Amino acid sequence: MSDMNLTLHIWRQAKGTAAGAMKTYQVKGISEHASFLEMLDVLNEQLQEKGEEPVAFDSDCREGICGMCSLVINGRPHGPDAGTTTCQLHMRRFKNGDEIYIEPFRAGAFPVVRDLCVDRKAFDDIVAAGGYVTANVGSAPDANAVPIPKEQADRAFDAAACIGCGACVAACPNSSAMLFTAAKVAHLAHLPQGQPERLRRVKAMVTAMDAAGFGNCSNHYECEAACPKGISKDYIALMNRDYAKSVFVAKDAKAVSDGAG
Amino acid sequence: MSWFVSYVRSSVGAKQLMAVTGLGLVLFAIVHMIGHLGMFSGRDHYNAYAHFLQGLGGLKWIARGGLLTIFVVHMITGISLARANAAARPQKYVVQRYTRTTFYARTMALTGLVVLAFIVYHLMHFTLGWIQPDYFHHLDDKGRYDAYSMFVLGFKNTGILISYLVAVTLLCLHLAHGAGSWLQSLGLNHPKYAVLTKNAGPALALILIAGYLAPPLGVAFNLIKL
Ligand code: SF4
Ligand code: FES
Repeated sequence: MSDMNLTLHIWRQAKGTAAGAMKTYQVKGISEHASFLEMLDVLNEQLQEKGEEPVAFDSDCREGICGMCSLVINGRPHGPDAGTTTCQLHMRRFKNGDEIYIEPFRAGAFPVVRDLCVDRKAFDDIVAAGGYVTANVGSAPDANAVPIPKEQADRAFDAAACIGCGACVAACPNSSAMLFTAAKVAHLAHLPQGQPERLRRVKAMVTAMDAAGFGNCSNHYECEAACPKGISKDYIALMNRDYAKSVFVAKDAKAVSDGAG
Repeated sequence: MSWFVSYVRSSVGAKQLMAVTGLGLVLFAIVHMIGHLGMFSGRDHYNAYAHFLQGLGGLKWIARGGLLTIFVVHMITGISLARANAAARPQKYVVQRYTRTTFYARTMALTGLVVLAFIVYHLMHFTLGWIQPDYFHHLDDKGRYDAYSMFVLGFKNTGILISYLVAVTLLCLHLAHGAGSWLQSLGLNHPKYAVLTKNAGPALALILIAGYLAPPLGVAFNLIKL
């Protein structure tokens, strides 16, 4: 197969406080076997040879598990393929002569650090608010010491597959972080270890999510479509249900309003 | 009550408030539609129905007050959510492609505001009698308030008919999203009735648009006449 020449429109922004703008670049001779990030690496080599600033973008594992890569590609977080992170997107998905728009994940709660890099610390704050079990459990227990029905374990695992990339926020018309937060809530809500603090956790995590300035979910489900890990919107329903319980049913109102321990 | 205030101010609480008030309004829309399908049963029946509603006295005012409260809460919460959501993405995308959402879900604020304006007009027309005062005080041969003739004469007016068709269509677009969305917002979600969660909105919207358009179109095509 022949190599590709492409026109790239890339968001350039020197730093968070500076104004940004789209800038157009040409790249030539991209192999269809290259990953999308390798294509950007080629562009950056070209830029450096010309003495220009390379385009800043995030990545780490480049195998779809760390959640570091971001990028909105032609209007879709992580690009056109379902269930795929940007680092797993390959150039065979494009054709010679294509124009590609590359923008950062956009949300007020994800401020741009530089070019295509955004600060997703707000997600850390949500997890820090309650995405764990407070009991000190010592070393790892024997497998199956705590019996968990397979279906429950599967659902917990499906939720735990969230890599915290933020594509759900980037895709949401409202910049809501409900899918991420729901995945973290649901992961523990399906396990026996998560039960004692279940309602306290959901309350604390939703409070942290709201404080970070994300938008409000209005059930568009763009998050589910964009999520590279196939996290289901059904977890959002679970979070909605548990949150209502934490307000209207939970007895330890004091502990609840104080947030997770 | 501070716990309740912080509940409705939270993102989950606000959407549940939208869900509960929206559900109340959908139920009203269904009852209102069924009531007006009575236009097909003739002047006597329809006026008897109107007479019955008028005669409810205190109950009528309680229902009106409740409905108004629900409506105002739904509207204020909706507007404040729409504003917060717009503000949550200060820098918009140059290119953004949606794959899952619908145009009616994305225009909820717009259709909501148009429906609001229409409802004000609708009340001025049929409840307050300001729009066509000449038709407002007719009595039928049993001495009852003649709602039937007001309806027919009202929709003989092409401008009123068209504004009504447009408003009802927009209302049903609003409900195509809202009338199913409340299930997810309240966390009522299970594979057993996933088909309901998915289709309740569009299905109800289709039923309502048919039910709401039938009587005025009946007037327009002379199936319902004086
Ligand atoms: S829910 Fe999906 S899209 Fe959102 S952060 Fe987790 S993996 Fe990324
Ligand atoms: S770089 Fe780790 S998921 Fe893409």
